[in-house]
Amino acid sequence: MDRVEVRNLEVTYGNRTVLAVDRVSFERGGFYGIVGPSGAGKSTLLRIMNLLERPVSGQLHLFGTEVDLTSLSYAKGLPLQRQMGFVAQKPSMFQASVYDNVALGLRYRKKSRMEMQALVEEALELVELSHVRDQRANTLSGGEAQRIALARTLVCDPSLLLLDEPTASLDPYNISIFERVIQTIHRQKQTTILMITHNLPQARRLAQTCLFVNNGRIVERSDTEAFFHRPRCTELADFISGRMIC
Amino acid sequence: MMTQDVWEVIWLSLQVTTVSVAIGMLAGIPTGTLLGLYSFRGKRFVVALIYTCMGLPPVLVGVVVYLLLSRYGPLGSLGLLFTPEAMIIAQVILVTPILAGLTMSAVQAKERAYWETAKSLGASPVQMMITIVREARGGIWSGVAAAYGRAISEVGAVMLVGGNIEHHTRVMTTAIILETRTGNFTAGLQLGLVLLAISFLFNSFLMAGVLNQMKSRRR
Repeated sequence: MDRVEVRNLEVTYGNRTVLAVDRVSFERGGFYGIVGPSGAGKSTLLRIMNLLERPVSGQLHLFGTEVDLTSLSYAKGLPLQRQMGFVAQKPSMFQASVYDNVALGLRYRKKSRMEMQALVEEALELVELSHVRDQRANTLSGGEAQRIALARTLVCDPSLLLLDEPTASLDPYNISIFERVIQTIHRQKQTTILMITHNLPQARRLAQTCLFVNNGRIVERSDTEAFFHRPRCTELADFISGRMIC
Repeated sequence: MMTQDVWEVIWLSLQVTTVSVAIGMLAGIPTGTLLGLYSFRGKRFVVALIYTCMGLPPVLVGVVVYLLLSRYGPLGSLGLLFTPEAMIIAQVILVTPILAGLTMSAVQAKERAYWETAKSLGASPVQMMITIVREARGGIWSGVAAAYGRAISEVGAVMLVGGNIEHHTRVMTTAIILETRTGNFTAGLQLGLVLLAISFLFNSFLMAGVLNQMKSRRR
């Protein structure tokens, strides 16, 4: 199976079920937009897929490898983790230069110095920040830091890129660069991308398929054109029109 | 006091303190790191114990080590009482909880911020630990400075287990007490200033090292 699939997923916080998904799959090379109201379970879905949280039940299939998410140890999950990249809403920069921040994932993978240098420079060029490579990462602006966080993820060449509202606090200039970079990567490398966004025009611009998550369930999924123009459920229609719910 | 005697006392103080802090670092930093990174049953109790031991009264430590090392104590056969080694044992007991506790706090503060990022970037468990310790290095070095300050200025325990024997176990703090008791306040104050200067120099080197390390680029 050349796809990513999550099955029988249940996540609870205390007695409250925050996410329940019977089955959801993502084809290799697809660009998926995930939308829904705050607290619907979108971020939890991505965090579970990125092995940052442990669900009550659930299996993950990642491009041919099947794992039980409830019993997966840190060490056993590592090969899967290294196939994925994750960019959160707020980037956390390590106390080092921009170069060292971008190189960190490659150091973890024990790449040679020569290879690392070439890859880091290529990634910095991609996000248009080659000129700050020797600067301290904690001196960057919010927009620059987020682009470095993207470069730091992309330099490891992930097969699955998980983006959790990555442009939510960026200005239009940084958003346009961020969007161009992920579109380029998607086109050139056929990276599977899952992107959570509250920016509906952005989902419309970028995603091929959109999913609507509400109250811990995936309520609707369809290609982007139909998703925005012919929503099947009233919840999605209300959400798109701004009448929604919460 | 003869100049040569003063140097002897300073040298022994530095030796005892440095060895104690080094041993304390070997035990305290890994312990603090593990406590900062991992949760387990009984952790609260261990943490409470460490915090309590951070304020251990030196005289109490001195008495316990004295009893352990005295001729009829469980470790009496080692013949360590009234030796620099006994002073090191007492100081290690005093500084290890400080190093463990402050390392734990520093690691915990960084763990929250960096665990997810490092894991997402594919860090193995060991790489994760190294990354977080690197991020927490400023706090850990503060712990080393605190431990060194505590050890070099400590008097109660080293007096009890070392005995303040001239040319053998006399260190700066015990020498200051002796000079003061004999009415030689000038010598006592001079030794006190030397003690202060050593602490200042040690902390300055430490801070310079931390700042350089933080500025360094590994390429």
